[in-house]
Amino acid sequence: MTTLDRAAQTVYTMWLREMIRFSRSKSRIIGALATPLFFLVILGAGFSSAFQVRGGGTFDKSYLAPGLIGMSVLFSSLMGGVSIIWDREFGFLKEILIAPVSRFFVSLGKAIGGVTTAMIQGILIMIIAWLIGVHYVSIQGVLAGIAIMFISGTGFIGLGIAIASRIESHEGFQMVMSFLTMPLVLLSGAFFPISNLPAWLKILVYLNPLTYGVEALRYCLLGNSTIPIWQSVIVLVIFSIAMIALGGKLFGKMRA
Amino acid sequence: MLYAIETSGITKRFDEVTAVNKISIRVKPGELFGLLGPNGAGKTTLISMLSTMIEPSGGSALVWGHNVIKEADSVRQNIGVVFQDTTLDDRLTGRENLDLHGRLYGLDGKMRKERIKEVLSLVELTERADAIVKTYSGGMMRRLEIARGLMHHPHVLFLDEPTLGLDPQTRLHIWDYIKKLNKDEGVTILLTTHYMEEADKLCDRIAIIDNGEIVALDAVQDLKNSLGGDVITLGLGNPGDVDKLCSSYQKDGCANIVTKKQSEVFITVNNGERQIPHILLLASQAGIPIISVSLRKPTLDDVFIHYTGRAIRDKEVSGMEEVGYKMRSRRK
Repeated sequence: MTTLDRAAQTVYTMWLREMIRFSRSKSRIIGALATPLFFLVILGAGFSSAFQVRGGGTFDKSYLAPGLIGMSVLFSSLMGGVSIIWDREFGFLKEILIAPVSRFFVSLGKAIGGVTTAMIQGILIMIIAWLIGVHYVSIQGVLAGIAIMFISGTGFIGLGIAIASRIESHEGFQMVMSFLTMPLVLLSGAFFPISNLPAWLKILVYLNPLTYGVEALRYCLLGNSTIPIWQSVIVLVIFSIAMIALGGKLFGKMRA
Repeated sequence: MLYAIETSGITKRFDEVTAVNKISIRVKPGELFGLLGPNGAGKTTLISMLSTMIEPSGGSALVWGHNVIKEADSVRQNIGVVFQDTTLDDRLTGRENLDLHGRLYGLDGKMRKERIKEVLSLVELTERADAIVKTYSGGMMRRLEIARGLMHHPHVLFLDEPTLGLDPQTRLHIWDYIKKLNKDEGVTILLTTHYMEEADKLCDRIAIIDNGEIVALDAVQDLKNSLGGDVITLGLGNPGDVDKLCSSYQKDGCANIVTKKQSEVFITVNNGERQIPHILLLASQAGIPIISVSLRKPTLDDVFIHYTGRAIRDKEVSGMEEVGYKMRSRRK
């Protein structure tokens, strides 16, 4: 076998494992879908009765849908990366670390596996939102939206792997998750328009990579966004490459 | 390549503690070699270095001809490791665990299928292969790990405390598997244990390791023989005869060592069974009545005590006492 074959085999093996595990955790899938759905239905109905977006558009479930897809991708990809902590806790990490394969391709396979599950969940939410009446501009837009899910998912999973490689215990994991995910979601424009924010909030929102993911999704699915699409895509691609490189590097140094 | 494993002065220091101190061992291909020692002696650290999990602080080691630091990947391809704690994915089935392992070691689809069948039947898990690992018992998980360690035809297999925490019956089973695969598959095996019996029953040669150093290394029987043979204990009816009997044995020259205690005489001899008639004959010639005779083969316990000055359990017992002490002081 050539080196390239081995690399591909390693990536595929790690991806396969994530897929098998994902298919066995039905309750996890339902749980992951339930939260954004509640938001979509209840917040959507509540908000649209109270606010109007400047320029005349209504602030309703259509406006929320891209934000919730972005949130779901964030949660599941970050979780996918951080699940390395569980692998260490339950010992399986040793089995990977002792194998005669490149650590980089191991973490890449893990990342692609995590991104796949994140995309499946994102797509499911997209379909359900469509079923309850959210209107998407075009089929090309939907496909572009799926590509955006992939790029931002890769970035967050890289971040998750990087964090997991440095955290010693699963108590630390709980802390990181609550200190990281809530601010990321709240400061992303998933739940509010970002066109007219106070200066301090604007800085934080524009520093948040999730903002660009949500804005790009909004452009692809609904046809308009505050941040130009090319800007969002550039930021997401840079973020994602940087995080995968960081995650791969830190995982390479990890000890069981 | 002369040796499957060859270390020279391998050392591991953690901050102030030296876990492994300049250990040099040579394990021949096909050998079943044991590292015997109490908990914390440095056995696991030594295995971790040989299996490329941690880097040595000094010295060097070759495993199947490859340097553990410079050629870690070649070493990994040639070894199988069964760690003390489980390293299975318990959400997957037994077969899936084996399949993923085969993929990571570059086996193609056909080879994986064949090999999975072989290793499953070797550890008698064929029937439960498609059950989720979570539902396995401790013994089944250990067997699956041994099977997985063998998937890629390793030349050297490391087993770290392979029967720790298993019930006696399962332990006997695992011993059978270990012997079988050493013999049938010709795998060189290095195992660690703190069970005397395990080292005694399984290993061709053992190294007794204590405080990170090797204190004795030889075939099990030779280690026992080095203590000077079997111990015969004679019980005397009349304590006054003890000295007289001792001197008659010393004069005869049949005993290596003669010691006495109240009304008992201890004689260390080679081939104890064959010596008993002669010993009794000497006693009756001297007109001394003997009321009991017993023969004891030296055990690895005796060997361990001889080389380290204490029993293998001593350390753990003192640990227990410490816990008891803490609990008592908390009650006050």
